[in-house]
Amino acid sequence: MSDHDYRPKSKVGQWFNDRLPLLTLANHLTDYPTPKNLNYWWTFGGILTFCLITQIVTGLTLAMHYIAHADMAFESVEHIMRDVNYGWLIRYIHANGASMFFLAVYIHIFRSLFYGSYKSPREIIWILGIIIYLLMMAAAFMGYVLPWGQMSFWGATVITNLFSAIPLVGEGIVTWLWGGYSVDNPTLTRFFTLHYLIPFLILGLVVLHIWALHVPGNNNPVGIDIKKPSKDTVPFHPYIVIKDGFALLMFMIVFAFFVFYAPNILGHADNYIEANPMVTPAHIVPEWYLLPFYAILRSVPDKLLGVVAMLSAILILAVLPWLDTSKIRSAVFRPLYKQFYWILVADVLILGYVGAMPAEGLYLLIARVATAYYFLHFLVILPVLGFKEKTLPIPLSITEPVLGGSPNLAVARNKESKIE
Amino acid sequence: MSEKKTKRRDFLFTATTAVGAVGAAAVVWPMIDQMNPDASVKALASTEVDVSSLSPGNTLTVLWRGKPVFIRRRTQGEIDEARAVKMEDLIHPEKDEDRAKDPEWLVMLGVCTHLGCVPLNDKGDYNGWFCPCHGSHYDTSGRIRKGPAPWNMEVPKYEFVNANTIKIG
Repeated sequence: MSDHDYRPKSKVGQWFNDRLPLLTLANHLTDYPTPKNLNYWWTFGGILTFCLITQIVTGLTLAMHYIAHADMAFESVEHIMRDVNYGWLIRYIHANGASMFFLAVYIHIFRSLFYGSYKSPREIIWILGIIIYLLMMAAAFMGYVLPWGQMSFWGATVITNLFSAIPLVGEGIVTWLWGGYSVDNPTLTRFFTLHYLIPFLILGLVVLHIWALHVPGNNNPVGIDIKKPSKDTVPFHPYIVIKDGFALLMFMIVFAFFVFYAPNILGHADNYIEANPMVTPAHIVPEWYLLPFYAILRSVPDKLLGVVAMLSAILILAVLPWLDTSKIRSAVFRPLYKQFYWILVADVLILGYVGAMPAEGLYLLIARVATAYYFLHFLVILPVLGFKEKTLPIPLSITEPVLGGSPNLAVARNKESKIE
Repeated sequence: MSEKKTKRRDFLFTATTAVGAVGAAAVVWPMIDQMNPDASVKALASTEVDVSSLSPGNTLTVLWRGKPVFIRRRTQGEIDEARAVKMEDLIHPEKDEDRAKDPEWLVMLGVCTHLGCVPLNDKGDYNGWFCPCHGSHYDTSGRIRKGPAPWNMEVPKYEFVNANTIKIG
């Protein structure tokens, strides 16, 4: 069914739709042809939308009680926790919601990496996703500063000082970011403003991300182009809606576990001590979702190069569609890539682990090897693999391997035509 | 159309664009500059500290412009250690004589030049300071000796107002 053919049944609907075609949009979204072989790794887009809305709603309600002032921020957060009706619940959802958001986004990103969803013609979807990811990190970092605890203050100090690595103008930029000569009240108020703004920027980008997705349609586990609509697709509603809904429920169980049984396990105890510019906590660690990049930062002994390495580790993802030279999308048909994929997953997990450990001795050595491998994967292995790898034969359609039961195309096609 | 003649319309187009760009820049600059330190922050430029209670081998930490300042009354051993260091062993070569005019008193910003943490006193491989964040070691003159920090801890502008009082800033 083409979008342009849609016409509402009721007279009122037609009258409205002729003036503002919202019903055409709704029809496009419900009928949107989706590959019928999408697995549960494809449900994280919906889960992420849920995470974003949860953060916006809980954030708005927290902002009704929070006071963005260096003298009052810490107390106002305690006030939310102790006095405000259900304040503890709203804050724990918001704080753990950030972790859940990153958990989901990492699964979403690694799903793309496995099934080659970033490849032509989906590069713009991918790049929009990377921008969203960068904004998520900025929002999470600034949100973590707002309670004005020790980790808030020193996290803000360390991260803003990254800009001082820029030659010549670095110090000026840091002073400008702070609005003073150290992290202080002006820093807090501007962070609060930006923390409030960024989720709405993300929301706008999510609309573009989905719009860009709906042009070529979803990639799928087989990674081949499909005709849409065809035998290989099902309408988004009800098939994908119900599957996404079930996955979301499972995800919410994990979410609720953290909120109700371990609300502080992902945080740091030092953040329940009010910010003190005279004392740095003995061991500063960022939130778990930033640890791999923190490990990369610390693995380089030079200040400027450390910052450059850390930023490159993120920005290299934006050019991934051009670093991966293989025409085959799905790792299912790329036996070598599949192995390197899992090595990369292990590498990032190792980086995350050593990022939480002191930067000395064996940990530092492991961090350096893992950092080198991370860049090796994207800059050497992926480009070379596209030329060297012997890929497996890909099926002509999603239906084919199911009905044919063998990669032999002639047999499969024969059987398919008999069934018809 | 062999020769492109500048017309009245081309002039208007260029002039409008130029005036528009200047106007936009004039509006954008206040939006950017409002984030720089304001008058009330700049007003807190100096602070006076009474150091009469400080005995040799001890450090006083005071807040100046929101940053900790270390005031250390050094022992003779620390002074000798700092002055004996060869310039070629230093990452950021500075003579101790230039950093501490009165050798007994070392006044410097207690801010690690790596990413801004506060180093810990009497720690590290060089008996000076050690930054717990990313492992920078400073000597008894506050000079960087080992680790990721690029420079020595900064010595601010300060003076002795009288025998017991230091004015920082």
